[in-house]
Amino acid sequence: MSAGAVLDIRGLGVDFLTPRGRVHALRDVSLQVPRGSVVGVVGESGSGKSTLILAALRLLPANALILGGEVVLDGEDVLRMSPAALRDLRGRKATMVFQDPSTSLNPVLTIGRQMIDIQYRDRVPTARKRDRAATMLRKVGIPDPATRLDNYPHEFSGGMRQRIAIAMALLCNPDLLIADEPTTALDVTMEAQIIHLLRQLKSEFHGSILFVSHNLGLIAELCDRVVILYAGAVAEEGSVHDLFHRPRHPYTQALLECDPARLAKVSRELPTIPGDVPDLLAAPVGCAFAPRCPKVFERCRREAPRLVADGDGHGAACHLVPAIASSRVGPRPSTGSGRGPPVEPVET
Amino acid sequence: MLYYSLQRVALAVAICMVAMTILFSLVYVIPGDPASLALGPRATAEMKEALRVRMGLDQPLAMQLYNFFANAVTGNLGYDVWTRRPVTTIIMEALPYTLALAGAGLGWAILIGIPLGCYSAINRNSLMDKITGIISVGTISMPSFLVAVYCLLLFAVHLKWFPAIGAGERGDLADQLWHLVLPAFAIGLGWVGYLARLVRASMLEVLGESHVRTARAFGLPEAMVIRRYALRLAILPTVTLLGIAVGGLLSGAVFAELVFNRPGIGLLVYNEAARRNYPTVMGTVLVTVGVFVICQLVADLLVALLDPRVRRSL
Ligand SMILES: Nc1ncnc2c1ncn2[C@@H]1O[C@H](COP(=O)(O)OP(=O)(O)O)[C@@H](O)[C@H]1O
Ligand SMILES: [Mg+2]
Repeated sequence: MSAGAVLDIRGLGVDFLTPRGRVHALRDVSLQVPRGSVVGVVGESGSGKSTLILAALRLLPANALILGGEVVLDGEDVLRMSPAALRDLRGRKATMVFQDPSTSLNPVLTIGRQMIDIQYRDRVPTARKRDRAATMLRKVGIPDPATRLDNYPHEFSGGMRQRIAIAMALLCNPDLLIADEPTTALDVTMEAQIIHLLRQLKSEFHGSILFVSHNLGLIAELCDRVVILYAGAVAEEGSVHDLFHRPRHPYTQALLECDPARLAKVSRELPTIPGDVPDLLAAPVGCAFAPRCPKVFERCRREAPRLVADGDGHGAACHLVPAIASSRVGPRPSTGSGRGPPVEPVET
Repeated sequence: MLYYSLQRVALAVAICMVAMTILFSLVYVIPGDPASLALGPRATAEMKEALRVRMGLDQPLAMQLYNFFANAVTGNLGYDVWTRRPVTTIIMEALPYTLALAGAGLGWAILIGIPLGCYSAINRNSLMDKITGIISVGTISMPSFLVAVYCLLLFAVHLKWFPAIGAGERGDLADQLWHLVLPAFAIGLGWVGYLARLVRASMLEVLGESHVRTARAFGLPEAMVIRRYALRLAILPTVTLLGIAVGGLLSGAVFAELVFNRPGIGLLVYNEAARRNYPTVMGTVLVTVGVFVICQLVADLLVALLDPRVRRSL
């Protein structure tokens, strides 16, 4: 499968160095985005979603320490490439739409300037780049795009700004589009509009998409595969169909139970389940979900479960799972390359 | 924008008026009759009275103030008590020297301080960053008159690299620039460190902002990210500060003029205040306050020009 994956993250571990100690944001996380598919990432806030996708473009903040693993984008290990090679890859092979459109655009440059700048690789006249930008703005539903190019980000509403951010990402026509909760910072109506836009664009955009969202309904609708993150580790992954119809991990089950309409309903927030998110300052002993798990038993507190996958790539990290899952051995080891040499984060 | 500018000009005028009112009041508070002090112990009562009239001191304070302002708007700041020359002319002779000095001091501080701050922010915690950090703190805490004195002693008196006193031959630009080097260096030195620290801090803040991450996510060249995406924002607090910095720089220029015996506003006020030459002192202070206020105004308008968010809220 990895040969056909545009993004292949294996055994990624990330700590944040903070005054209070090390935050273990990601522990041995693996994730694949097969070419042409849409993969969703779901998890409570603080579960490491943003860290994971920022690592995909090595955009982590300076206090992040990559402990090990690899991030292979289009066949190249992002974590070990030179800053120049990294810069060449960003915006060409993959781009990102960030969570909060009120801060993700430069406030003192017109959006036209910003949209022209990101085309700096193309050797075409500026007027042509401007036309392209206007066309893309029209596509994402910005009225009167030719004049609006001369406006600054603060002259647009939040929803419009997110449309612009999406237009910018699409303008690069990347192999992989990464979106980090693109609707979370918006109000309900704006969110509905952006969701509508995403639906529309999905059919036009031919690259792969890695999509982080709280919105289970949207994930179910847009994605082919889903990865459930819990406390910095993958709790469950699988195809949307398998995972939503036959959730294996008690955490996934709890999430879906809270969401009565299941796949149909578009819910704004991830369902809340009882209990607290674990403190990531201390590496959990045993299963991280154990304190909140309704099915917890003695072994869970002692031993961390490994991700066990079946032949369809549906896997869950739970001690109960081997009994449920088919006897077939998973197509790939869920752990393994996680013990690679530590990679120094490189400031670029 | 127009409304904003008018508002700022009105404020500037108000500041000038308040400053002058305070100054006029001070004349009354400072002990001793200016006229008798100026004429010495052997002056007759008539002579003193004549001088008092010439200085306008016979009139009530409010009247003096009114006359001063009424004349000031027509460009007439009164007449020098001793030379009888128009104060405006005297000031216009001295002002260019001071402006050149302050401008040169500020100019080299900007030229060195801002790139240094950027470099420190980009190469945070590098050896160079630490060195500039230490030097900056050192120069910031050094009073500029002290720097001026040491510069004079070391480079002019001891090493004889630069001239020690004066502003150079009139009309000889090279000579004038040559005389400008040391005093400008002295008054700008502290600002180099200050600007470097300020730009470093705001640059670090901006570099951590989300939109810079966006720019990088699109693989923009680092030089473009720094200059166009980060510096444009990081420079804003510095521009605001520079408007205020001119005040400090002008007072630095006053000391430098005394130390290097350069003609200029500072030397003028110093000499004439000692002689109780009130019209000249008043006029000079008014012009200085005016320069200060104008600089702040320019800085504010510049910020509005650079930051569309500010522009819109005007
Ligand atoms: N720059 C940072 N410094 C320290 N801790 C961080 C930083 N960014 C994120 N974290 C921590 O890492 C964990 C994962 O964060 P994040 O990836 O942002 O989660 P999510 O996107 O799922 O809400 C959280 O506990 C968060 O507090
Ligand atoms: Mg997040």
